Amino acid sequence: MSDHTALALHGLTKDFGRAKIIRGVDLDVPRGERHVIIGPNGAGKSTLFNLISGRMEPTSGAIELFGRGIGGLPPHRINRMGLSRSFQVTNLFQNMTVMQNLRCALLWSRGHGYAFWKLVNAQPDVTARAEELMERLNLTAKRDVQASLLTYAEQRALEIGATIASGAEVLLLDEPTAGMSRSEADAMVELIREITQDCTLVLVEHDLGVVFNLADRITVLVYGEVIASDVPEAVRANAAVQEAYLGTEVH
Amino acid sequence: MLETIVFSLLNGLLYGMLLFMLSSGLTLIFGMMGVLNFAHASFYMLGAYFAYTIGLYTGFWVALFLAPVAVGLIGAAVERFGLRQVHQFGHVPELLFTFGLAYVVEELVRLFWGNVPMDYRVPEALDFPLFSLFGTNYPAFRAFVLVVAVVMFIGLWVLLKRTRAGLIIQASLSRPDMVSALGHNVPQVFTWVFAFGTGLAALGGVVGGIQLVTEPGMAFMMGPIVFVVVVVGGLGSIQGALIASVLIGVLQTFALSVDWSLAELGALFGYAVSQESFFATLWYLDTTRIAPILPYLLLVLMLIFRPRGLMGKRET
Amino acid sequence: MSASQTNARALADTPVARVWLQRAGPWLVAAVIALAVPLFMHSSHALTMLSHMGVMVIFALSYNMLLGNTGLLSFGHAVYFGLGGYMAMHMLRYIEATGFGLPLELVPLVGAAGGLLFGLIFGAVSTRRAGVVFAMISLGIGELVSSSSLMFTGFFGGESGLYGNRTVPASLVGAEYSSGLSTYYLVAVWAFIAALAMYLLRKTPLGWMANAVRDNPERAQFVGYSPQMVRFFQFVLASFFAGLAGGLFIIVDEIITAETVGMVQSGVVLLSAYIGGILVFIGPVVGAILVVFLESELSAITNAWLLYFGLLFVAVVMFAPQGLAGLALQWYGAWRAGDWRGSVAARLYAAGSMLVAFLGLVAVIEMAYHLFQHWNPEQPMGLFMFTVNVTNALPWLLAFAVLAAGIAVFIFHARPVMQRAIHASGGDR
Repeated sequence: MSDHTALALHGLTKDFGRAKIIRGVDLDVPRGERHVIIGPNGAGKSTLFNLISGRMEPTSGAIELFGRGIGGLPPHRINRMGLSRSFQVTNLFQNMTVMQNLRCALLWSRGHGYAFWKLVNAQPDVTARAEELMERLNLTAKRDVQASLLTYAEQRALEIGATIASGAEVLLLDEPTAGMSRSEADAMVELIREITQDCTLVLVEHDLGVVFNLADRITVLVYGEVIASDVPEAVRANAAVQEAYLGTEVH
Repeated sequence: MLETIVFSLLNGLLYGMLLFMLSSGLTLIFGMMGVLNFAHASFYMLGAYFAYTIGLYTGFWVALFLAPVAVGLIGAAVERFGLRQVHQFGHVPELLFTFGLAYVVEELVRLFWGNVPMDYRVPEALDFPLFSLFGTNYPAFRAFVLVVAVVMFIGLWVLLKRTRAGLIIQASLSRPDMVSALGHNVPQVFTWVFAFGTGLAALGGVVGGIQLVTEPGMAFMMGPIVFVVVVVGGLGSIQGALIASVLIGVLQTFALSVDWSLAELGALFGYAVSQESFFATLWYLDTTRIAPILPYLLLVLMLIFRPRGLMGKRET
Repeated sequence: MSASQTNARALADTPVARVWLQRAGPWLVAAVIALAVPLFMHSSHALTMLSHMGVMVIFALSYNMLLGNTGLLSFGHAVYFGLGGYMAMHMLRYIEATGFGLPLELVPLVGAAGGLLFGLIFGAVSTRRAGVVFAMISLGIGELVSSSSLMFTGFFGGESGLYGNRTVPASLVGAEYSSGLSTYYLVAVWAFIAALAMYLLRKTPLGWMANAVRDNPERAQFVGYSPQMVRFFQFVLASFFAGLAGGLFIIVDEIITAETVGMVQSGVVLLSAYIGGILVFIGPVVGAILVVFLESELSAITNAWLLYFGLLFVAVVMFAPQGLAGLALQWYGAWRAGDWRGSVAARLYAAGSMLVAFLGLVAVIEMAYHLFQHWNPEQPMGLFMFTVNVTNALPWLLAFAVLAAGIAVFIFHARPVMQRAIHASGGDR
């Protein structure tokens, strides 16, 4: 564990009843890295994210964010410590407009907390930052459209926007391109690359094109265990990985 | 002392069994449909009034069967033409619908039967002392109430665990979509479960109306307590409802009959608080006056510390 | 949808003064109406009713901070109204006894403080979860408090309640509160302030996050907010305003009984807010005014008023879950957007058939009350413009025929005609 580690997992496990879903995962993600987690369905990728982001409590093991233990903390505490996540299934404030969604995502990090003595609209810093984000997400034209009425790709973009809005240093993105067409997925990758430049990024992804395009390092998770964690070329060459996962899919 | 304890136990058991007759239907409806039926006690009231009126013409024994059936049919109509319409808006409107229904039913009862209590009495065939204890007679009708409740519990148990209909009901409980995919008409199952649940409440009313009182305020009196029973027992759990019913019945009856206060407890240890003191109200409060709040205290504590109740499988 | 977009754009293009007028306009209108109403309704009965409306407006708006804004269904909101009222009453009696204390205009703040205090206590244990758990805890606390009124007779004044005299304390503005008029104005001013405050609260970070937590508590957590804390703060603020309403209530009535903390009162505020509409700010205001009006006026002309009241509520839940104000705004928006063009006549026809059915229903209910409740049912009763004898079959046949005809025409002719007209004009999506 060195100073430049952003996120570290030590012997992390999670059981559901007798089923062991995560069986002792160790992981070290340095600051600024774009780290992609791949693995077959049911490997425990989403569970891993749920553990890190506080949606679930680990059975054993430790999770550290910038050297501070976060295992078992509630999600909002973890979020305040600088970790933010997106969801595989779009998870927005559906009744709010694009602008409102972004503003909600900004309020806490801008220090407005539970304030009931000031108006949201009278906070120029929040408005300006939301406008700027909207511009970068190419959603300016949809400013006052309800989230539920956006197209799928727009909703995904807004989901990413809401995730990075708080300025968290560590981002967990759960299949950001799931269900997208090729061109939509490429646009999303570009967007992610562009707006997460100074962040540490952990992604779960199925689309191997995206994986090798984006990743600095890849971790392969199979049945709740890490079978490889290395730079893309090494993972591609790894025999165990090919057997377990890539074998028939990469040509 | 022994006399008080025995009779408190017997009366508490009786009251608890009446509560169980009401709450079993409610917990079944909640478990199946996710609807907290605020009007449940209203169906209990309808059961009592129907049985009284039908009984005037046919006698008690026919009314014992006819009244629950009639109320069950009304319940089916309420589900089919009311709840199902509201279902699309979500659970809160469903709850509010039953809340409004409780108002309407009470007003209708006042309209047709008036504001005064009915002269709804123990049928002659059961109007004799069953046995005598410490010189006090125990009426046969009370034993009859217990028998009806026990038969009901066993019947429910068998129905849910041993029959095909019970299997479908249990399946609809957890996965309505799958049950529907298997070709069962889930909305229709809902209608019959609602009818059945309200019929059970009415059966409780047929005997409860005699044992307690038959007047337009009876639903409002029983309604909240039944909620306590169902939540404390664990929503959707019949066994939980039974345990919680008896627990609350006995607890309340004891508090009413024991008549103690902290002051008397203190006196045993030679300790007293001045009447003038700030805590005097609490100190001299006797249990008969605490009795009405006990169930709600239990409810709040249960929800804070164990929201799924005694026997509930999932959180409320 | 598009309406809000054009609205926003229109706002951006207009000069600042007009924007302010658009924003402040409804408030100015409300203030003028509130000030002018006593000119037309000045009997002491009417003034009491108007004061009760003002109290209920605050109470229902505070309720909607929970239900509409935060998604918390409470069955025990009267606890904070009633306890606030008792605190204010004790203050009033203290002033009476010692001649020392707050001026009358500020006594409601004692109620608000009481609401706040109990909101802090009970809110801490009940806002951990939303949904059914919260609803049941609120029911439990409501019953707990109302049953304990029998235990703490010193505080609650036993069965007869507590009396006070609003004319004893000094006045900040030198007003005499012996008349109903000055009392009404006191209530109106407080109602205006409270309504404005609650309106602005919706626009604060807390108000926004209350909506966020209502719609998606999980996402709210992942942007840094604890749903429990958001609910707690909203709960405490709602209790504060409920207590304020309670404090005004005792000034109007000069008496308070344990019924004010009870289930019936909690039910009435729920009905008021919901009938008006919980998703628009004006909804609870409309609902509160309507409910107090019905309570006060309908009860004078018919014994069946509680039944009508219940039926109205059930009808709103079944057919207009957005509430009466919500429905009106929705219709107004559709009409403005031109969606009603070509279908107005058909809509009026459908409404007419419903009105006929409604008149039939009223006739049936009124005759039933006469038949079952009058000491001598054979005595003729006045019904609309007729005099009928309800022991004859003819009026019953007629009433049921009108009811059935109205419903039949609506279902088999008016509604299809209306739907065709809407379809033909390309309205309604």
